[in-house]
Amino acid sequence: MNEKPVIEVRGLTKCFGSFTAVDNISFDVSKGEIFGFLGANGAGKTTAMKMLCGLSFPTSGTGSVAGFDINTEPEQIKRHIGYMSQKFSLYETMTVDENLRLFASIYGIPAKEARLRMDRLYRQLGMESMRRSLVRSIPTGWKQKLAFSAATIHNPAVVFLDEPTGGVDPLTRRKFWELIYRSASEGTTLFVTTHYLDEAEYCNRVSIMVDGRIEALDSPAALKARYGAETMDEVFRKVAVAKDTDKNQQGY
Amino acid sequence: MGNAIEIDNISKRYGKIKALDKVSFSVPEGMLYGLIGPDGAGKSTLYNILTTLQRPDSGKATVAGHDVIKGRKKIRTEVGYMPERFSLYPDLTVKENLEFFASLFGVQVSENYDMIAPVMTQLEKFPNRRASALSGGMKQKLALGCALIHRPKVLLLDEPTTGVDAISRSEFWTMLRSLKESGITILVSTSYMDEAALCEEVALIYNGKIVENGTPSELTAHLGENLYNASADQMYPLLEAVRELPGVLNSYTFGATLHLVTDATFDVASACDKLSASGLDNVKVYLAKGNIEDLFIRFCNIEDHE
Repeated sequence: MNEKPVIEVRGLTKCFGSFTAVDNISFDVSKGEIFGFLGANGAGKTTAMKMLCGLSFPTSGTGSVAGFDINTEPEQIKRHIGYMSQKFSLYETMTVDENLRLFASIYGIPAKEARLRMDRLYRQLGMESMRRSLVRSIPTGWKQKLAFSAATIHNPAVVFLDEPTGGVDPLTRRKFWELIYRSASEGTTLFVTTHYLDEAEYCNRVSIMVDGRIEALDSPAALKARYGAETMDEVFRKVAVAKDTDKNQQGY
Repeated sequence: MGNAIEIDNISKRYGKIKALDKVSFSVPEGMLYGLIGPDGAGKSTLYNILTTLQRPDSGKATVAGHDVIKGRKKIRTEVGYMPERFSLYPDLTVKENLEFFASLFGVQVSENYDMIAPVMTQLEKFPNRRASALSGGMKQKLALGCALIHRPKVLLLDEPTTGVDAISRSEFWTMLRSLKESGITILVSTSYMDEAALCEEVALIYNGKIVENGTPSELTAHLGENLYNASADQMYPLLEAVRELPGVLNSYTFGATLHLVTDATFDVASACDKLSASGLDNVKVYLAKGNIEDLFIRFCNIEDHE
């Protein structure tokens, strides 16, 4: 383990006025790891992720993502990470080809190189026949594969997946996770949030955020053993319920 | 008791696409009924027809005893509806949203507050917060309150818990059960199979057709045969390896294990030997108990291959 972690944060904190959304969190994520970032709605996951993606400065704390400092090099971070969410990842009224070309050009990939990468992607995914279809006309499962491809077309060291499977059916979710598994086995680091707790089992390590703090962080097996639980669903309930009453007082 | 929802041979096309193809099922009064199916299966079209927002091309349906075409005005006053995407005004406060929906139905929030009180206990503490500033779970509770403010007989909920954490989902379902106890009929669609298991009856819709319906235990009764758990220290390599085993028809991740759907030729002992020989550690293969998630995957996979 002499390789530098792909994500390294120490004492990361974000306050909005008197409200502390992220409260002094520290963790590392190593290369090729699938890291599950769990928490109830309003626990601070989105705020933490924004800081890791270079979209928001921490109030205090330090960290680096893909080798760049989150306090001083947010623009470099944006260039070297991938990001995908279920809510928005693709332009529905553009074709498959146009979407990938757009993302490739945003990341500054020369047109020729982009063409090569896109051809390879279409072959790998079996999507050749869909390249001229409008994104809104293709099935959810394909859209997801495409969104993941768009988020990784610049070969980022780390990809942030923000509820990538929200509202997605059980079969399509599983196909998407196989894509995540494969990507990790090829050395990409995956940082994933989800509300489907069966998916937490597929992560190498899982953190659970409660009221801005990381209350638990370990492998699924170790967490289950520590909390005497059969499933990650039980672990989540035990960890997140403990402070749930505070959250309800605040309503976030 | 009669049926609160009756759907008889409903079809709906969009151009060449058959969104609903002769769909029939009924929901008895006071039942909590679940609707599951992949994206694009026709769930939202069915909701649009039941809420009278779209007309069926053919077939008949009634909600709360009223025909979806002739009785549409009555239906609109007697059902509560939570659509998948939009159900609250983000710029209005908690209180303003409730008052707005109450005024649409010509009722006072105060006269029906008993109806929504269980839903509102957590929200009461911040009546002046804008809906946009609420957490996902709180938003859904407020949306449920707004859908209930006119004392509907039938509640139609289209994926109400998408993006909601496990604890808020449990709270939401506790509320649904108590509403059901008070006599309201509920039709709810979901992509969470643990929620489907909480329904009294479930229909699985695929490609515009109802392919299965019944109680969760009826639906999963026959899944036990030829279904196995598999685990090893290396899960992704295991998934690739089991797909090469003789007798394995389908394999997929299932929480901490894989599920293998097999035919009668599958042999556990020789499967374990082969997997261990391929370099996997702590290989375990043993019979699994199927649930609704397995049913869903089985149906959607069969259809995919046709």
